[in-house]
Amino acid sequence: MTSVLYDTPGPKAKARNWIYSGIFVVLFGLVLWWALSLMGEKGQLDADKWSPFVTDSQVWTTYLLPGLAETLKAGALAMVIALPLGALLGIGRLSDHAWVRGPVGAWVEFFRAIPVLMLMLFGNALMAPRFLDVPSDTRPFWAVVTGLVLYNSAVIGEIVRAGVLSLPRGQTDAAKAIGMRKGQTMFYVLIPQAVTAMLPALVSQLVVILKDTALGGALLGFAELLSSNRQISANYSNTIPSLVVIALIYIVVNFALTTFASQLEGRLRKSKKSTGAVLGTDEIDDPVPGANTAAGA
Amino acid sequence: MFDFLDSGQYDVLGAFWVTVQLTLYSAVGSLIWGTILAGMRVSPVPLLRSFGTAYVNLVRNTPLTLLIIGCSLGLSQTLGISLGGDTFKETGFRLAVLGLIAYTGTFVCEALRSGINTVPVGQAEAARALGLSFFQVLTLIVLPQAFRAVIAPLANVLIALTKNTTVAATIGVAEAALLMKEMLENEAQATFAVFAVFALGFVLLTLPTGLLLGWVAKRVAVKR
Repeated sequence: MTSVLYDTPGPKAKARNWIYSGIFVVLFGLVLWWALSLMGEKGQLDADKWSPFVTDSQVWTTYLLPGLAETLKAGALAMVIALPLGALLGIGRLSDHAWVRGPVGAWVEFFRAIPVLMLMLFGNALMAPRFLDVPSDTRPFWAVVTGLVLYNSAVIGEIVRAGVLSLPRGQTDAAKAIGMRKGQTMFYVLIPQAVTAMLPALVSQLVVILKDTALGGALLGFAELLSSNRQISANYSNTIPSLVVIALIYIVVNFALTTFASQLEGRLRKSKKSTGAVLGTDEIDDPVPGANTAAGA
Repeated sequence: MFDFLDSGQYDVLGAFWVTVQLTLYSAVGSLIWGTILAGMRVSPVPLLRSFGTAYVNLVRNTPLTLLIIGCSLGLSQTLGISLGGDTFKETGFRLAVLGLIAYTGTFVCEALRSGINTVPVGQAEAARALGLSFFQVLTLIVLPQAFRAVIAPLANVLIALTKNTTVAATIGVAEAALLMKEMLENEAQATFAVFAVFALGFVLLTLPTGLLLGWVAKRVAVKR
């Protein structure tokens, strides 16, 4: 194993690595011991705080799984609405007509610059009796979906634009040469390839959307996965264990999605059928005004 | 239409000042923490590498909201850690900064790591041939070039961080999003005006950052 930064370790370097590992283990152990003893002091390590997750199936059927279902439902719905909307925005930004390009560009940049939480709060205000009058039991759900759609359609618009621009220029030239109009070039040649190229980026955007649903639970009373922590810890007074379990569920789901995205990326990069243009999970960046697609809340 | 701004009832500027402070403290913190993490992830010690990888993968896939609420409910209310804050307000602010650093550090780490990959292998080989140690190669040769290569991605992380500070509203830190929530509830007749004010505030915060750092990124880029 070699790297840019260091050689394959010789006997001396190996000994040094062991020393560093030892120091790290001691430091890490100290922090862990401190944290665990503090948790033990406050009774968070007691078996009965953790056992409900194994022994009491009600924790799962009443709180965690319904919460996860709401999270997935909101995320999936937001993605399904934001995708076509984002595709339209992306194509709009590539338009030849300034009167389309300008406003669409402004729309995309505006909604990318605003925190998704604010869009959710705004969505919540729009759902109020004064405007749309959504029944109060489904209002948090729709507010969250509205916020997610407004924000993510703008981000997906950028992904689509980057996807089309990542295609080799020859594609457009060839389409023009056989007499295709601009619209035909876009819909028959560029978009299908761009969609393939940007699949990995889209899958990893789903992780951002799923993470963002947690905001709705914290501020709008949306009954998603994270907010199930409140009820669980109220019943079993196990704040830390329930937070840990919820975090693990998020990590498992999102890690699965991330892994899928990078495998997809690898497959697309290798396959001979594609033009070779693949938009990786971290490659969308346009610093002005910029939204790192992977860095959502 | 905007008369709610004149009533003196809402301190919009004060709320945005808290947002700016949250951003600055977390930015400095996550730059340091992210650099340490990146150092671990490229280090020759396997244990440090696996710790870095595990940390980044775990934290990146956890919602920031969960981290910040975990800091508040778990660290502060359950374990009684107040980070030296005397008042509820101070403690909340510090806990939010801690959560933001823990989360944003992973993105800084990944940006830096991709920057390290832009440095040609030959340079590090030459440096090693001169007898520089891993630490010297990293801090004298590789990181200075890596930092210059990743200013644009780091600008994106900074902008995302600015927007993410709104999550602090979930533990009651009096920043822009919390005030917006309060104003939307109280000033229902001015929903769009309230939204416009806060949206403008964020555009004003993020747009110059993006433009400035984009310009800097072009100026300092290592031409290859």
